[in-house]
Amino acid sequence: MTHQAPALTPEQKKELNEIALQIISPGKGILAADESVGSMAKRLTQIGVENTEENRRFYRQILMTADDRVKTFIGGVIFFHETLYQATDDGTPFINIIKERNIVAGIKVDKGVVPLAGTNGESTTQGLDGLAERCAQYKKDGADFAKWRCVLKISATTPSALAILENANVLARYASICQQNGIVPIVEPEILPDGEHDLKKCQYVTEKVLGAVYKALSDHHIYLEGTLLKPNMVTPGHSCPTKYSPEEIATATVTALRRTVPPAVPGVTFLSGGQSEEEATINLNAINKCPLPKPWALTFSFGRALQASALNAWGGEKDNMQAAQDVFMKRAEVNSLASLGKYEPSIEPSTEGEGEGEGEGAANQSLYIENHAY
Amino acid sequence: MSPQVSLSPEQKEELATIANQIVAGGKGILAADESVGTMGKRLKNIEVENTDENRRAFRQLLFSTEGEMADCIGGIIFFHETLFQSTDDGIPFTQLVKDKGIVVGIKVDKGVVPLSGTDGETVTQGLDGLHERCAQYSKAGAQFAKWRSVLKIGDNCPSPQAIRANAEVLARYASICQQNGLVPIVEPEILPDGAHDLHRCQYVTEKVLSAVFKALNEHNVYLEGTLLKPNMVTPGHCCVTKFTHEEIGMATVTALHRTIPPAVPGICFLSGGQSEEDSSLNLNAVNLCPLSKPWRLTFSFGRALQASALTAWAGKDENIALGQEAFLQRAKINSLSSKGEYIPSGDTSEASNFTLYAQNYIY
Repeated sequence: MTHQAPALTPEQKKELNEIALQIISPGKGILAADESVGSMAKRLTQIGVENTEENRRFYRQILMTADDRVKTFIGGVIFFHETLYQATDDGTPFINIIKERNIVAGIKVDKGVVPLAGTNGESTTQGLDGLAERCAQYKKDGADFAKWRCVLKISATTPSALAILENANVLARYASICQQNGIVPIVEPEILPDGEHDLKKCQYVTEKVLGAVYKALSDHHIYLEGTLLKPNMVTPGHSCPTKYSPEEIATATVTALRRTVPPAVPGVTFLSGGQSEEEATINLNAINKCPLPKPWALTFSFGRALQASALNAWGGEKDNMQAAQDVFMKRAEVNSLASLGKYEPSIEPSTEGEGEGEGEGAANQSLYIENHAY
Repeated sequence: MSPQVSLSPEQKEELATIANQIVAGGKGILAADESVGTMGKRLKNIEVENTDENRRAFRQLLFSTEGEMADCIGGIIFFHETLFQSTDDGIPFTQLVKDKGIVVGIKVDKGVVPLSGTDGETVTQGLDGLHERCAQYSKAGAQFAKWRSVLKIGDNCPSPQAIRANAEVLARYASICQQNGLVPIVEPEILPDGAHDLHRCQYVTEKVLSAVFKALNEHNVYLEGTLLKPNMVTPGHCCVTKFTHEEIGMATVTALHRTIPPAVPGICFLSGGQSEEDSSLNLNAVNLCPLSKPWRLTFSFGRALQASALTAWAGKDENIALGQEAFLQRAKINSLSSKGEYIPSGDTSEASNFTLYAQNYIY
């Protein structure tokens, strides 16, 4: 083994660690608003809205301009490239609004999945070409963290050793490049919920995948204190006939993390992965109430699970903006409580109006999309 | 990929219970598993002949220490021969120890062998028939085992090959132990030989531990039923720069922080040639380190618990009480250190400060 050639100076390390800690300050989580153009198409189609740049801008504006309470609940927002350079109706760049509220701006930097030949429909994620230059630019433009999503799936033959190795490696390369450019990498090795497998199987696979991810991060000299992990919660497959309680899901999730995630990682920000809004919140809450010792923050990085009700409430009508914001704020608040283990489903947090009808329905509606790719 | 059940819930619970019992608040491990050859060196230092009987007599001195010894020592690692020895009154050592509530452990490796094509690096042997041996040891009263792999720091070391080979063999050993109800203590020792500084040792320790835990993950080892026995992160023995106990504590905990999953219940440091007093002060500093430490951080000391006792005994029956007192004193101090509560009073014996470093140390 050769002598260590330090990848980062003490100052660089300090900056990365401070950014990470700011994002996951107690009670805060991440709004994943980084849906690609294609993904936004699906969202907007569901509410009968045309997928134009303007409609995407308008919709993101709804989220960005929600009132100040959002500061207490949201530590970071993940942008899609286009959105990072968009502004409100009166010309205020979204990124300025975010930063003024001490919310950290993040950027999705991967370029989607591509097939791994010779596997049973598995993939890796591309986006490393020119990543250093892109990160440098994003940092200049105000982003302080990034996100890269890798995807694995469970079946009789998957995830294969190759898929695990390759995705872990590409995540580590991405993380390394980010840190060189002052950007905190969120490492996302998503294991899809598709399938009939039970909770145990998901836990087993999650332990194997995370074990490989952290070995790769170590091999690539990643400064763990300046990263965040965005894993799936450990859940049964979507077609699994057995039902599990939130406590069982929480125990399986926390056990898997305890066996694989070193304490140096400041925070784990779960993806919602097609769980309904309410399910995701209840599970996050159960995770935080799990009695096993948990040396990392355990919070949310939700896309669909923060936005589904808001999208429905908006329905493409300008006049519904306030209603949409109220509903978004409600999800942000309950998830904030859940990240502290303080969410009680029977107690409805106060909102401007009674959103019993539509809001409730959307909150419990499964957001599962088969073989989900952004 | 399929989760074959490698351990039943009952087996897992038993392993986790034993592991936790060994490192329970304020307790650590007495490593009394010196091979015959190594005991030879110890006894030569005090001019005592290396006979069966003398080795038995010294272990008897240690194991029959009364009083607070059992509050400080959660487990004792035996050498094979010792597991079948008894006191003067015919009480088996295993029983003597168990009756004090101390868990019996057994060294199961068979020493290091060279890795060809490397710069003097080694891998540890002992897997052949290990399954049967573990079953036997379990019957004989052992509840945990220990296996020592060795790595060293040099211009070309540790090589990726040596790291991988030793991590692999540690994982195989651990897997076999757990199948037989024995908690495996996983010991990837990085020798302190060399002129490297604290940071180099930290870097190497992080790489080695990461490889070890990857191997344990791949071999489906149940982490909650294991213990780790690493080196503390220290500068090399010929390093010209001096580092404080706090720096050693911080470097050590940082390395662990970056590599050890919280599921591991306890980390029991080897003393590796540090003097008795330095080992205790460094363990204390480790426990005072402000970083989060979700595992117990305690000791598994051989020389650092026994040096003064050996000197005080000097092979003479009339010195047994003195020897036991010296041992008990180190045990109590290390118990305090394992809680970050040790405040040195300057009352330590000369032997405590004498460096126990032996070049290129092999048992």
